[in-house]
Amino acid sequence: MDLKNYKFSKDHEWVKLEDDMAVIGVSDYAQKEMGDVVYIELPETGSSFSEGDTCSNIESVKAVNDIFTPLSGEVVEVNTSLEDTPENINTDPYGSGWIFKIKISDSAELTDLLDADQYEEYLKGI
Amino acid sequence: MKKTTINSAHYHLGGKMIDFFGWDLPVQYSGLSEEHNAVRTNGGIFDVSHMGEIFIKGDSALDAVQYITSNNISKLKPGKILYTALPNEKGCFIDDMLVYMITDKEYLLVVNAANLEKDFKWISSKVERFGVSTENRSDEYTQIAIQGPNAEKLLTQFTNDKITELKYYYFLMGKVGNIDAIISRTGYTGEDGFEIYFKSDEKTASDLFIDLAEKGKDLGIIPAGLGARDTLRLESKMALYGNDIDDSHTILEADLGWILKLKKGDFIGREPLLKQKEEGISRKLVGFELTEKGVPRHGYKVFVDGKHYSEVTSGTFAPFIRKPIGLVYLPLEHSEIGSKFHVEIRGKQVEAKVVETPFYKRSS
Repeated sequence: MDLKNYKFSKDHEWVKLEDDMAVIGVSDYAQKEMGDVVYIELPETGSSFSEGDTCSNIESVKAVNDIFTPLSGEVVEVNTSLEDTPENINTDPYGSGWIFKIKISDSAELTDLLDADQYEEYLKGI
Repeated sequence: MKKTTINSAHYHLGGKMIDFFGWDLPVQYSGLSEEHNAVRTNGGIFDVSHMGEIFIKGDSALDAVQYITSNNISKLKPGKILYTALPNEKGCFIDDMLVYMITDKEYLLVVNAANLEKDFKWISSKVERFGVSTENRSDEYTQIAIQGPNAEKLLTQFTNDKITELKYYYFLMGKVGNIDAIISRTGYTGEDGFEIYFKSDEKTASDLFIDLAEKGKDLGIIPAGLGARDTLRLESKMALYGNDIDDSHTILEADLGWILKLKKGDFIGREPLLKQKEEGISRKLVGFELTEKGVPRHGYKVFVDGKHYSEVTSGTFAPFIRKPIGLVYLPLEHSEIGSKFHVEIRGKQVEAKVVETPFYKRSS
């Protein structure tokens, strides 16, 4: 999979920019670590978060996993299809497994994120 | 950290290792759900060498074991196994365990790893007056569990003993490969299967485990970790010490009346249990499902009629039956099937209902 348009946080969320919006999900590494995803608590559309806030919870068989937003902003859309097919987070983390879309309030935060190569390097050190 | 003789095989097979009560053991290999469902449909192999093995020997071995257990050990004959509580003086649990009758003068008790030292100390002090010897030989024994519908097919490739004739909760003294082994038709998964106890060096044990994994492939049998062991036992409503049973809930409250034989004669905890049996219990361990979305976990608060009553003792999303399930102590008057209550999940009250258990039962 070509991930050149994706950026990553050290908490294993990914970000894909669409103008002043960012689509956010979890990385392939994260979904593998979580295992079989069975339920997701999505953030509410219209709610605002600061970078690093817990904005969603993913329940896998193994445990509950906090999802931190890597960017501050207002949630403008959530992937409601995950309510019926949460397993898309496992099967297609960078596509149909996207979680929410945020209207970026501070684009300076983007510089904290890693590109795909940097993220891959970072994973080697874990 | 303590290592079992199979330790190197876990690394070789890509196990994800954790510290389990001081033991370096795999929580999973390929994935918890995959391993869980493999055991339900084909099979899994587990390293359970951390379990404790205590031997009681002597002319009065039967009387000694009767005195420290709740089940009726006199029902055993050589080669047969019983599940029992190791009760304290209040009729609650010091541990739960399996009792193997080797001869009328020798019994093997298989206890939980986390309780081994406590159990051994308790048992040694309580059986002293029977003049029997108590030996903790846990460090000598490797234990491998082969579980699932294809377990028998795999194990027959490793032994000439007549394991196909071995019934559930029976064992034989035989050989696996060239190694002397206790082969026991038991398990903690709700499936047919075997638990094998043997003494060996690290290389022999690790090679055997890898060989089982290799030959298991054709039968759909894969190595499985502690994660799957926990979800498998919960789906089959087998109690876990420290979660569902402990030193503050009695055998009757744990809904394990079938391992309580009050007429067998005197034993530790008999008096309070007899009294409780006559007077009746006020709370009971039950199985439940969430009726709303969410996953209940150990320790989550439980509310009955809006009041905090207890905590979830075990909870998970059951990988095979695909439902959020758990166990909890409820007031007796709220413990009937269909009774509703709430589990608090991250501040929210999520509805749950009492259901029939086991949640899963194998068909054959």
